[in-house]
This record gives sequence, C-alpha cells and structure tokens, in this order.
Amino acid sequence: MARRAGAPEVSAGSMADIAFLLLIFFLVTTTIETDAGLDRMLPPIEPPDTDVIIKQKNIFQVNINKNGQLLADDELIDLKDLRSKAMAFLDNGGDGTCSYCQGVKNPESSDNPTKAIISLKNDRETKYSTYITVQNELVGAYNDLRNREAQRLFGRKFVDMEAEYLNPETPDDVKEQLKEKVKKIQELFPQKLSEAETSSN
Amino acid sequence: MSKFAKKKDGEVPAVSTASLPDIVFMLLFFFMTVTVMKDSSLKVENVLPNASEIKKLEKKDRVIYIYVGKPTKEYQKVFGTEPKIQLNDKFANPSEVGDYVLMERAKKPQELQNVLTTALKVDKNAKMGLISDIKEELRKVNALKVNYTTYEGDAFRNLQ
Repeated sequence: MARRAGAPEVSAGSMADIAFLLLIFFLVTTTIETDAGLDRMLPPIEPPDTDVIIKQKNIFQVNINKNGQLLADDELIDLKDLRSKAMAFLDNGGDGTCSYCQGVKNPESSDNPTKAIISLKNDRETKYSTYITVQNELVGAYNDLRNREAQRLFGRKFVDMEAEYLNPETPDDVKEQLKEKVKKIQELFPQKLSEAETSSN
Repeated sequence: MSKFAKKKDGEVPAVSTASLPDIVFMLLFFFMTVTVMKDSSLKVENVLPNASEIKKLEKKDRVIYIYVGKPTKEYQKVFGTEPKIQLNDKFANPSEVGDYVLMERAKKPQELQNVLTTALKVDKNAKMGLISDIKEELRKVNALKVNYTTYEGDAFRNLQ
C-alpha cells in the first residue's frame, strides 16, 4: 500500500517546452514596424488676410491629368525630367540676390529660392500612385538642393541631419545644435509647395 | 555498496535546469507585453505606393490612421469595388472624416493634441478625387499635418 500513499507528482519537465512554444509564437507574431512616408502640410482653410501678389515667373505650375501625363510650365514633360526641371526652377536666382544659387540666372524664371513657388494641380481621376511619384520628385528636388547646401556649409547631408534631429533617441544637446543648422538650410530653400483644389474634368 | 554510490567530491554537479521555465516565462511576458495587436483589421486592399524621399513616423501615439482602398473580396458584394475610406473598423464617407479626426484627437492627451499627424494609408490604385475630399475635410478640422504613408523604394515603380 505504500504506492497509494500520495498522488504522483506532476512532472514539470515539459513546462519549459510549453513556455518555449508560447514564446516562439509571440516572437513570430510580433511586428515592430515603423511607418514611413511623405510628410506634407495642408494649407489652412482661411485665406490669408492680405492678398499677396506673386509674379507669374515665380510660380512653377505642375499639372497632372487623368492619364498621368504631366504638364510643367505649359510644357508636356516626362516624369523622370520633373526633378531636374524643378531644381533648375528653384535654383535659378533670376534677380541675382541669391548668393548660393548655381542656376542659369534666367530672368524669365524664378527670382530667388525664397520666392519660388511650386504649384501642384491634379485631376480627380488621377491615380494616387502617380500623384505620390510627383510629390516624391518635388520633395526630392528640394532635398537635393538642401543636401547640396548642407554639404557645402556643414559637410553633411541635409536629410541625415534632419533624420537625426527628428529621431527621439538623439540627446538634447545634439538636437539643439542640429536645430540651428536644419533651420538655416530650410531657410535657404523653403518648401513652398502649394496644392490647388482638384479640377473635376 | 554505499561506498560506490557516493559521489566523489571533485565531480562537477549537473547544472540545474529548474529555473529554465522561469527564464523562458520572463521572456514570454516581455514579448506578450510589447506585442501590439492590431486594433482594426483591414477591410480594404492596401498596397501602398513607393517613395524614396520618406520620413519615418516616429511616435505612434501621435498618429491618426485613415485607410483608403478597394474593399476586400468579402466586402465587395456589399460595398462594391470602388475605393472606400476605412476609419477604425468601418467604411465611411468622406464627410465623416472630419468628425473621426476630431474624435480621435479628443482621445489623445492634452499636450499631444496639437502635434498630431494624420497618416493616409492609401492604396496605390485609388483615385485622387477621394483623396482631395479627405484633404478638404482635414483642412476643415485644422488637421493640417499629413503623412502619405508609403513603402521605401523607387518612386517610378509606381507607374508600372
């Protein structure tokens, strides 16, 4: 009767296996994803109090039609050429007040990067992917120019500086330093990208 | 015989594995707590376009998500195949976007309410008309910071 003395002990040896199984399940299902995308600011709905008169030559008009074709400054162009076109427009420095511009100084094009405005207009039927590509190219044009200036002034790419500045893990004192530099570059080539309301046909 | 059964003093004792379950459980609890279950299941097709000039959305708690795309197969019978907006768990009209953003904004802590970003997760086959309507609604409620969420890649691949 010695065998009946107590219930046999439950073996805990497989506990580790069970726990491992669960662990592996959670390891596999966990997705630590960070979303990324194009940051844009929408224009506020109230119109500005004062009417600003903008010279036609300071506006770079980009139109996308419903077939994904591109009209830049009344010229049908290929999407691949948009970036260089936009850069040439922004970097033009037509009135000679821009000391860092390397453009052709065409008096018919923009006066100064701080005055140059890119206006983007699209059709209601335009595909979203085309729109994103155009946005990407325009942002890219600004980034390329800013990179060039940052490289010249601080020996470093603007996009890297900005990424480090926006990274929450960057220590505060480094951030403070970067803020100045990022601001300065942004002022050299301010992003003036206006989006008009879409046309219905 | 007990003389033989006795272990010699110089022998190394076996490493006890009794604490192994505890260690594994600790890891398990770590992963259980950091795992974020998706709060809304996608009811729309959501293949994002590619872009190269992207910025990361660092702080998750400051983001409001809006999904746009064609309803998935099981919903196509009811909702058709035209791209729709998904807010949380249901389909919505463009006119409801404003209210949704205001509601989500009210849920966030006070100090974050002014720095919120609206992430637009739009399928690449959607049309700009719908996006314009959303943008118009966002402007009405003064949610001006938007992020067109994309994959990282060559933007020209979108055109194919």
